[in-house]
Amino acid sequence: MSCFETIQAYGLRSLGYGERLLPRSDFTLCEQFTLIGSGMIWNVYFGTFALIIGFFFAVALAVGKNSDARILRKASEWFIFLFRGSPLFIQFFFAYFTFVSLKGVTSFFDPFSSAWLGALVVLFCNTAAYTGEIFYGALLSIPKGDLEAADAYGLAGWTRFKRVTFPTMMRLAWPAYTNEAIFLFHATTLVFFSGFPAFKQQGDALYYANYFADKTFNPFVPYPILAGYFILLTLVVIGLFGVANQRLNRHLPRAARKGLRLRMNLIR
Amino acid sequence: MFSYCTDPETLSGLTWLSCYLTTGKHMALYGSVFTVLLLLAITAPVALGFGFGGAMAARSNFAPLSWLGKAYIAIVRGVPDIAFFLFFVIALDQGLEWLTHQAVCPDWPDAIRQGNDFVVCPEAKLPSGRAPQYVHEAYGFSLAVLTFAIVFGAFAANTIFGAMRAVPRAQMETAEAYGMTRRQAFWRVMVPQMWVFALPGLSNLWMVLIKATPLLFLLGVEDIVYWARELGTSKTSRFSDYPHPDWRMWYFLALLVFYLGFTKVSEVVLDRVMKRLTKGQATAAGEAQRKAAA
Repeated sequence: MSCFETIQAYGLRSLGYGERLLPRSDFTLCEQFTLIGSGMIWNVYFGTFALIIGFFFAVALAVGKNSDARILRKASEWFIFLFRGSPLFIQFFFAYFTFVSLKGVTSFFDPFSSAWLGALVVLFCNTAAYTGEIFYGALLSIPKGDLEAADAYGLAGWTRFKRVTFPTMMRLAWPAYTNEAIFLFHATTLVFFSGFPAFKQQGDALYYANYFADKTFNPFVPYPILAGYFILLTLVVIGLFGVANQRLNRHLPRAARKGLRLRMNLIR
Repeated sequence: MFSYCTDPETLSGLTWLSCYLTTGKHMALYGSVFTVLLLLAITAPVALGFGFGGAMAARSNFAPLSWLGKAYIAIVRGVPDIAFFLFFVIALDQGLEWLTHQAVCPDWPDAIRQGNDFVVCPEAKLPSGRAPQYVHEAYGFSLAVLTFAIVFGAFAANTIFGAMRAVPRAQMETAEAYGMTRRQAFWRVMVPQMWVFALPGLSNLWMVLIKATPLLFLLGVEDIVYWARELGTSKTSRFSDYPHPDWRMWYFLALLVFYLGFTKVSEVVLDRVMKRLTKGQATAAGEAQRKAAA
């Protein structure tokens, strides 16, 4: 099979299109690149959607944690503590077995026990909690002068939040948020190792890399390929967030604009 | 465990539960908590050592060594840590077997990598096939510890590297002015001072390390995740004295609570350590403490 044919057969294998059987012997480099790349579709899917939906919830959590209403504050604090204080791996397991149990009660939970929705819910809650904490920190460090200026202009309530608080919060939180986004994409690799079954061997990049490593008993080819894909993905995330960072800081004098710090924390 | 547990079928309610929770397998589950604690106790200092070595290499004057250190720090940034875990466990195993193979039987005629197989001579097998069960388990556990230490050592190296650069330049200049050599200045001035700068990063690392311990399960060690899955699956009365439906959800809830408690306790302890260390330091936190006391 030529490499082009391999790409046709396995390029969308992780979504269930193309060849049904995975290669079983005489693995070529092309097959490994194609299948692991095909698995990346799932990593990108989980990461992107969890990030986008989680963003809105994270803003709500940050505002809630900063709120004067005791019940809102406590609820946000507990949510953030629950998801930041426990391992994501255990969260996946717990969520999967909970969804499986609930499936027996009502059929509403049927889709939740498959990875595409169940794991997405977990990742969404997880990233919302981490991001909420980041945004809360940024909310606390908004310069007092900015808020006083807003008061002087007669801005209050929603208008003040929309025009002053929110943009400044984003601007301050953005570098840390970039870091969180990178880690979220890394965390997506846990999905198919934590209870959620890979239906008909439709797994993510690590699932296929692990498949090849098991079959060939040679970790030195599939894992570096996976690493390469993830470094590319990380660079894309840094690029996109860098563009957003420029836009958030566009009103500042040129000298005060800070580029996205590339030496990031390695852990969240 | 208890004397009334001899005939589980007659039991009900709390007595049943007390017997159920003290079966041999449950004892193994509680024992595996110690596996996790043991892993943490061994990995933390080893990873710190790796981190210190990595940071020292990264700031070395000898270019290849500095590249090596920087590459070690950088590899973990772009790639998910779980990929490293899966990779290193096989890679270390094969590496060790290859080394013993070269040492023990250099005259072996066949190639080691035959297609999809990795074959070394029988004497070089690690651990040897005749070894008792506990040796196999200990070998697997040591591989896991080494893997954790390599990955978290890279994290620690990054933190320590940053902390070394955070030590005020004036301190090093003073050391030079006193005529200390580079080595003396490093050990006598930089190393004692950098810990305050490294501690926030290292305590964060400790939290991440705690949260990474369930990944032991993926490395083939019989840890709490393994036992929770094993014990939680539904049991019929044919195979167990204590039949029950699928309880895995509750077992993992218990694990969740266990880890939440563990992180909370660590948080409180590390907070105290930090307070203690910043006392009297010329940093913002130390200054705040001084003001609060006055």
